[in-house]
Amino acid sequence: MSFTVPANLEGEIDELISHYPVKRAASLMVLHAIQEHFGWISQEAVEWTARKLDLQPINVYELVTFYPMLRQEPMGKYQIKVCRTLSCALGGAYELHQHFCGKLGLDAHKHGPQTTQDGKFTVEFIECLASCGTAPVMMCNDDFYEGVSHAKADEILGGCK
Amino acid sequence: MAQEYKLILKHADEPGYMPDIECYLRHGGYAALKKALTIQPKDLPDGKKLSGPEQIRQEVMTSGLRGRGGAGFSCGLKWSFVDRKSGKPIYLICNADESEPGTFKDRQIIYKDPHQLIEGMIISCFANDVHLAYIYIRGEFVEGAKILNRAIKEAKAKKILGKNILGTGYDLEIYVHRGAGAYICGEETGLIESLEGKRPYPRIKPPYFPAVLGLWMCPTIVNNVETLCNVKHIVAMGGAEFAKLGTPNNTGTRIVSLSGHVKKPGYYEIEVGKATIGQLIFDANFGGGLRPGRSLKAVIPGGSSAKVFKAGEKFKIKGREVDMLDLPYDFDSLIQAGSMSGSSAIIVMDDSTDIVEALANISDFYAHESCGQCTPCREGSLWLSKALHRLTHGEGRAQDADYLVKIADNIPGGRTICAFGEACSWPVQSFVAKFKDEFVAKGAADEERRAKETTPPTEPKQLAAAPH
Repeated sequence: MSFTVPANLEGEIDELISHYPVKRAASLMVLHAIQEHFGWISQEAVEWTARKLDLQPINVYELVTFYPMLRQEPMGKYQIKVCRTLSCALGGAYELHQHFCGKLGLDAHKHGPQTTQDGKFTVEFIECLASCGTAPVMMCNDDFYEGVSHAKADEILGGCK
Repeated sequence: MAQEYKLILKHADEPGYMPDIECYLRHGGYAALKKALTIQPKDLPDGKKLSGPEQIRQEVMTSGLRGRGGAGFSCGLKWSFVDRKSGKPIYLICNADESEPGTFKDRQIIYKDPHQLIEGMIISCFANDVHLAYIYIRGEFVEGAKILNRAIKEAKAKKILGKNILGTGYDLEIYVHRGAGAYICGEETGLIESLEGKRPYPRIKPPYFPAVLGLWMCPTIVNNVETLCNVKHIVAMGGAEFAKLGTPNNTGTRIVSLSGHVKKPGYYEIEVGKATIGQLIFDANFGGGLRPGRSLKAVIPGGSSAKVFKAGEKFKIKGREVDMLDLPYDFDSLIQAGSMSGSSAIIVMDDSTDIVEALANISDFYAHESCGQCTPCREGSLWLSKALHRLTHGEGRAQDADYLVKIADNIPGGRTICAFGEACSWPVQSFVAKFKDEFVAKGAADEERRAKETTPPTEPKQLAAAPH
């Protein structure tokens, strides 16, 4: 499989690299940019990033395997991330997660991200999103939602076309 | 009655207040920066001159400002440790990782008043001869990173940032660096490693004190968002005036994040120590009390790693017996009561809370977030979470309470490189110590149930066959 980075993305990446006196420091920002474009970070993307930053692939791969936000496989078109941590749990996060799983035919007790068969939705629990006063909170892709009732959850799902 | 005191959040929630630079300038924004950049050298009695930046550093020292990120360390002292003679560049990093569960104060500043942070950063950089600075923002603040990038662009367009700031010859670049969902990046040396493009494994201190061997082994200052905003106000009002806010050794204001079982969860800025925990939870202008018919069970006073307080707990402070609810919300009182104000996040739990479940939730977090570098923490945090999983899934044992404490006691205390060891142990140690009966009862009930389930299979058959 050939992996090509379009010119505008490479331009954006070159700009990011210019923010640091040491190229390697741009790793995380470059990976964010790649993931934003491709949706996930493939082995080819890891190798490309390593070449771009004068690193060994392992230097990049060890980031992809460490940071929870970086994806090693394609995810659903809409990624639903429900905060699981204490304040949200006290505010009904587990019920909210269960509600999403129920609606989408996923198993709420399974560990890690789960994607629906049609590849439209990925649902997962994540740790604290720093909005504990408006629990329960969640993200759908890059959009943040707070005080998510089950009705609001249905609305969010309905908005995912 | 205790009141809010809005210094940092003075404008953020005013109707019509926008995060753009025009709005910030209309509200007197960047006046403190102009003041800072034009401070004239001061003659000292011994004939030496004190430069503008040195005077700002002195004001920050005088202000008594303590770090708002979690440790509460003196900001002036932290700055004084910076190695200014190494000949290497000095870097400043704003810690905007806001990852301690319960905390959502920096989010308010970043999203609603980003220029206040930029102004605080420029002043702090000028005061410390920094020409390159980064804002390390947690990856999940996608919009926050965009807002900050926009603010930086606006400031650069107005020559407030970049080359030759406001014509003074001072150069500074600030870049936004996004994390990717790891709690450990809030730890300053982990953050530095992450910024360098590596796994965020914290560095051992000594020798790697950021003030000497930080980013790329250069002297580095890492300050929290709220701390940097305070620097702006210290310059604006003077260190001595700032020190009049709050209480002695606990100066200024703090934005308290209040969450959990209160009627009005939210963020409340108070003069440090001028409101008690009880007032923050129960007063109508703060949390507004618990839900109807509920009573207080426990309070986590400073983010999820702070040791829990049990309702009704009493402490001896300065020879006086003080109820937990009457503790002034400041740095020192909470330390004296055996916990900490940490990142000033209060999580309230009422009597509907299953305390074992609550601890299991916290321990799951730490097991997930341990970076895995040190064995006691990597293994210990997972054992804690497994034992608690057992207890909350019908597989508990009466002795699990003691087992948990034994594990927790063996993680911190110099066995790990960073304070994560403490952070994952403190909740377990305090929850089990203060609510031991609940842990034991849960384990014992599980044991009893399992004993019944494992009775010989012939017995139930006989029972079923017996006439009613």
